[in-house]
Parts: sequence; structure tokens; C-alpha cells
Amino acid sequence: MCPAPVTSVGRSVPRREGADKVTGRARYTDDIAVPGAWYGRTIRSTIARGAIRSITLDPAFDWSRVVVVTADDIPGDNVVQLIRDDQPVLVPSGGEIRHKEEPILLLAAPDRATVEEAASQIRIEYELATPVSDIGSATLVFSTVDISKGKVVEDLEGMEVVERTFRVGLQEQLYIEPQGAIAIPEANGVIRVIGSLQCPYYVHRALKRALKLSDQQAVVVQAETGGGFGGKEEYPSIVAVHAALLARKAGRPVRLIYDRHEDLAATTKRHPGVIRHRTAVKKDGTLVSQDIEIVLDGGAYCTLTPVVLSRAAIHAAGAYSCPNVRIRARAVATNTPPNGAFRGFGAPQSLFAAELMVEHVAERLGMSSVDLRRKWMLRLGDTTATGQVLSESVGSELVLHAALKAAQTAQPPNRPTVRRGRGLSLVFHGSGFTGSGEKKLQGTIGFEALADGTFRILTASTEIGQGTKTIFSQLAADALGVGLDMVTLAPQDTSLVPDSGPTVASRTAMIVGRLVQEAATEIRERLKREKPPLRVEKSYIQPDTIHWDETTYRGDAYPVYAWACTIADVDVDMTTGEVRVTDLVTAVDCGKALHPVMAEGQIEGGCLQAVGWATIEEIKMKDGGYQNDRLATYLIPTALDAPRIRTILIENPYSRGPYGAKGIGELPMDGPAPAIIAAIHDATGVWLDEIPATPEKVLAACASR
Amino acid sequence: MRFTLNGRAVSFAGSGARRLLDVLREDLGATGTKEGCGEGECGACSVLIDGEVVDSCLIAVGQVEGREITTVEGLADGGRLTALQQAFIERGAAQCGICTPGMLLAAHVLLQGSRRLTADDVREGLAGNLCRCTGYTKIIDAVLSCTK
Repeated sequence: MCPAPVTSVGRSVPRREGADKVTGRARYTDDIAVPGAWYGRTIRSTIARGAIRSITLDPAFDWSRVVVVTADDIPGDNVVQLIRDDQPVLVPSGGEIRHKEEPILLLAAPDRATVEEAASQIRIEYELATPVSDIGSATLVFSTVDISKGKVVEDLEGMEVVERTFRVGLQEQLYIEPQGAIAIPEANGVIRVIGSLQCPYYVHRALKRALKLSDQQAVVVQAETGGGFGGKEEYPSIVAVHAALLARKAGRPVRLIYDRHEDLAATTKRHPGVIRHRTAVKKDGTLVSQDIEIVLDGGAYCTLTPVVLSRAAIHAAGAYSCPNVRIRARAVATNTPPNGAFRGFGAPQSLFAAELMVEHVAERLGMSSVDLRRKWMLRLGDTTATGQVLSESVGSELVLHAALKAAQTAQPPNRPTVRRGRGLSLVFHGSGFTGSGEKKLQGTIGFEALADGTFRILTASTEIGQGTKTIFSQLAADALGVGLDMVTLAPQDTSLVPDSGPTVASRTAMIVGRLVQEAATEIRERLKREKPPLRVEKSYIQPDTIHWDETTYRGDAYPVYAWACTIADVDVDMTTGEVRVTDLVTAVDCGKALHPVMAEGQIEGGCLQAVGWATIEEIKMKDGGYQNDRLATYLIPTALDAPRIRTILIENPYSRGPYGAKGIGELPMDGPAPAIIAAIHDATGVWLDEIPATPEKVLAACASR
Repeated sequence: MRFTLNGRAVSFAGSGARRLLDVLREDLGATGTKEGCGEGECGACSVLIDGEVVDSCLIAVGQVEGREITTVEGLADGGRLTALQQAFIERGAAQCGICTPGMLLAAHVLLQGSRRLTADDVREGLAGNLCRCTGYTKIIDAVLSCTK
């Protein structure tokens, strides 16, 4: 081998697919030309609840150039494969409609105009039923979680008890590339689906189930993907199965690409919820007990709701040590489009409430909330709400110290109508799957030393902008002692790569990255005795020090936690109610920054998504659907709205992460919202219990003071 | 109908009412230009028409007769990346990359101006191009690193 190359881990090497992305060469789903492909379209319900009485295709229209797929055309189970079997691929005639925009029919034709015309020739009649529109009136419960530590104290003699209820709203992931898939029928009953997606094997399982395909007949290929944020975790299964059904019936490739309006109207959102806290403290601020109730709105179908609820519940007590904790969480069904995965996965919702409770308790006691956090926060050796003893890499003090040090002295506002304020939050986020998730999943990667002397990583972990391809290459190259250009990645194609598990839960760098590092190390050893080509497979083995009891919710909920302290400065315009986040500092304990620029990029992007959630991103409901289902009305932060985000990376290694790295993809979604609400209070003297903090809410709160 | 695409004369025989975005992507193979919303809100479809940033989803191809169009494919000079493209890669300004073509074109125009840019100028100049990955900080830094 040539002279030892400079190691790349810890250096911000160029993104591996960077040149393709800055020149327009990168091929996203809709960029892929497939000769002879027809255009698909989904026909959806216009009511929130009821039954389909009849479906009529206008006989006057020439249907000979259109393929129509109904539930009767599904060869396998009419089920979107995920956790529960409650969601149909298509609602059959006579079937129950549970939400607006529910798929009923699929159309495909050689050109867009014909599809659009055909769509206008379909009449669907319904029996209407009264929709359940809010969690207060919901009766169907998807799942519950109960966490108990010690005993909630009932004898409150001599204690301060603070009670408060918080509400969080829906949020759209708003990846800039809408959902889309292209399905191509091939020989031997193979259907190849190319799509914009995070989890190739989720889609693979969904295709097998609905189209009754074998492992080999279902082939899923990830195209370059224009953002995910959880929105392309489970929903792409629906797009892919629909495209495949059309392609199967048409006997030719079909493109099913959503436009923004359809994507906003029909796809999953962040779960809204109501979180109630009752906290008892001694007069000196000693935390005695936390009693927390969480209700999340799952929407019409289960999707990933039980897992989201689980993460929400586990994080609900916040980054604090309390001897007595009771957390009762439930997720209920309403007749809105199903909610699903979104960066943070329930934790941002419950941490929002937990962090604001610190503020309210501090206010009651007349203490500084920073001092109260110092008194309460989890430290090495402390025990979480699930009884997990934190045995390593606990960054609470480090991040709090670093963020306070970095925050600049606030300047007075420059306009008389503007008031300026500052707020802080301290959060933790479990890296990787909850509890026994990784053990059940056994994520696997392949690693090859090729005959030409280069190396190849085989993984289903996807690049969605967060840097998977670069970080895996760095880990492999350093383990092998070769340059980055000696390492390639096989395409994320289920016919080529093993199931490494989904690209979710801040697990890719930490869990799968570690497997890449181990496999490369093993290959390096073998090359001392053997000649290429060589291949190894590595699967995750849960360390026997991790114990989790799923039935009691006791034990090690996560292998490790990442920590963040965020300080937000806001300007509140007292005449318009407008909130502007002017500065955001966040200190993050990431274990090890494998690629500092990408780590910062994840944190900055996540923080801005949280700023949007806290301030301007609001979905208004109307008749069970989203009223503002266009990008002209659902607003996300622009470059003008965004504060300059300053990230401080703190390396506090985790023994089982590659080079000590912990997952940080979701963490930045947790901290900004409560910091912003605290900053609004600092500026105006009013407490908002609900986000987004829209001008209407800010003005109303100030007026009622 | 004739116009110039990235310095090359092209002709197009279809309906002049079609969106420039679709003609670029489907007829001329210039798929670097992306559709994010189709309503002129996100800027993913930004192209330059005679040097000005325009949302190609809002323009009928008939309107560009005889004009000069630049797409992301036209930025690099014979395969050599511009300083701006290089800065986007090095400074982490491209994550998922879907907004990158439009963002690069908008930034390219900003950098054509004669005065030294401030961060606020860049924010203003890129306000029509949405990014959901970066929080904009690294994009702004990349553009500022190329300012005179």
C-alpha cells in the first residue's frame, strides 16, 4: 500500500456526492428519464369520514388510454405494511373513509393532460359521518405508555406545586423535493421501484405484502433524495405501492410524482399534542415529583404513532433527575390525515413542555431557571425516569457552561415598539432506537475488498443530505488506512445491499457507522493473510450491559444520549405581535464530530426547523383537512427570517460509538422552541403555553395580561 | 422557437405555453433545475434569463424566445467548478442538494454586483430560495467567502 494517508475522521472532507449536487448531475427521482413511462395520479377522498357509496367513471369519456387501479386490483393484502394493519392501500368501494385525501383510485396515462382529464371524469359519492376532529373527543386509542419511578408524592405539605398545560401544533417536514416514485415492471414478475426515500427495506416489505411479491421480485432503489426529516420514513411505502400497482396493470413503467400541494395535503405531519405537568418542589428548589400526562393526535391511522409516543414519554421528564416520576401517555385517533415520523419523533413535543415547566417552577420560587437547571440536571451516575443509570458521556454541564459562555451580551432593541428577550433550554435526546429496537432489527452491512484494490460498502442506509456517504467513507478509509477515493458505496438498491435498518432515529452514524468501522477493520486484518476479493458482513450485536423491559418501561431506554443547551434571543414587535429570533447559540455534546462541518450543518438545519415550528409554521384545520396546504400559505423560514445560528460542538466520547460519536440528527429539533417561548416571556412578561407563537397568539396573550 | 441555453443555441418546436421548467427538464435534458412547489414560492426552479433570477415554473417557454438562459449546468466552465460551487462543497452549503441549483444561481447573480456583500445582502438576495436542510448559515458563509 502507498504511504499512509492523512486520516479523515474529524476533518471536514468534501461531501462525496458534492460535485454532483453543485453541477446538476445528481439524479433525483423525477430527473430519471424512463422511456415509455406513463404518468400516474392518485384520486383521493374529499371527506374526512364516511363510506364510499359509489364510484362512477363517466362512460362518455374515452377510458381506453387510461389505466384505472382500484382496491380490486391489489394482488396481495390491501394493507400498508408498517406496525398495525389498519391502513388500506386504497379504500374499496363500500369501504370506510377515515380522513380527507385518503387514496381511493389510481390513474395512469401516456401524458399528463390525459390523466388530468380522466381525473375530472370520476365521481365518488359518499355516506357522510361526523368526523372526530380533536383529541378531546377522540375515543380510539392507538397506544399507551406508562412510566413510573418512585411514587408520585400526594402529601404536598410545605411544597410548591406548579401545574401547567401545553399544546404543540402540527408541522410539515417540507423537504424541498416532494414525494415521488417510478415503478418499472421487469421480467420474472420483478417490479423495480426507484424513489425518494429514507428506508429502502420498509418499501421493500410494503411492496411484497401488497403486490404479493417474493424478496427477489420486489426491488427498491433510492434515487438521490431531496430531504426527508422523517417525512420519507414511512410515507414512501404508499407512493411506491401505488406506482407499482399502476405499473403492474399498465404493463409499463409509471411515474408517480407528487406536486407540492398534494404532498402538503396528503402526507404525514408532526403529531400535535397536549401535555400536562404537575411538579412538586421543596421551597429550596429540590425536585420532589413530576406527574406528566401526554396525549398525542395520531390522525386516522396508526402509522408509527406508538413508537413516536414511546419516545415522547421517555423524554417527558426532561434532562433532569427526579426521585418520583409518573408519565402517562396515550395516542388517539382523529379523522385527520395520519401523522408520522418527523425529526425528533415525539421528543420535541414532550421536551417543549418539560423545559417550560423548569421556567414556571423557577418563577414560582423566585429563582433563576439556570440555577434550577443546575440543581436538577442529570449528571453522570444519575437515574432517568425509566431507571436508566447514566454511566458515560453525560454532557449536561458541559453544554450548559459552553452555551452560557458563548452567548453575547444582549444589546437594547433599536426600535421603540420592539422588546428584546433571551431564553435558554437544556435537552437530551436518546441516540438510536428505543429499548430493544436495535436488538430486534439486527441491522447488517456488507463490506468488500475488490480485486482492483478498492473497497466497497454495502448498506441500505441512505444519504438524504445528512452525510451518510461521506461519513461511512471516512470511517472505512481510516480503519483501512487508505485514502477516501479508495472507498465506494454500492447503490442503495435492495437487490444489492443488506438491510441495515431504516435511516432514522439518529442511528446511522452511531450504529451503522460503527458496523462499517468494524467491517473495514476486519477486512484490513484479513488482507494481511488473504488476497482480494473478500467480503464480510457485520450485524449489530446489542451489548449485554443494555437491559430494557418493554412491558414495564424500565431500564436502558437508549444506549446513550446527546445533549444540547440552546440560547435564543428574540425581538417581539409589540404592535404587530411578530416574533423574530435574532440570535441562536447551541452547544451540543455530540460524542465526537466525525465531520465537523456536517455535524454543524445538521444542528443548524434542525435548529431552524425548530424555530419555524415555534414561530411561524402553523397548519389551520378546516373540515378535517389542512386549510393552508400550499407553499404560499404554509410558510417556513427564509434566509431573511433565519437567525445566524452558532454551533458549539463538544466532544464527550461514547465508548461504543465510532470514535466516540453519538447520533445528533434529531437533537437540534428539541431545544429551540422552549428557549424561544422563554425569550418571549423575557421580552414581554407573558407566558405562551402553545406553539407556534404566531402574532395573533402573542398579541392576544399581551392584551389579556 | 429559439433561445440560448448555457451558451448553446437551442430550438424548441412544441407549444409556447408550456412551462420553461418542463421544457428544460423534459425536452432539453437539463434536469438540474428542480420543481419544489410549482407556484414560485421555493426557488428550486430558479434559472437566469438574461442574467436575472427567475422562477422557471412561472414562465411560459414562449416568453424566452431569443433570450439567454443559464441553468446550474451552465455554471462550471468546461467541467471546472466555479469558486462558488467549490465553496458550496467545502463549506457544507449543500446538504440534500435539491435547493442547491437554484441557490447557486441566485448567489451567482449576487456575486456579479460591484460592491462587497454583507451577510444581510446575501440573506436578502437568497430570500426567494428555500432551504430546509442547512438553516442557511453555511450557505451565507459560502457566498460571503466568494465576495470581492
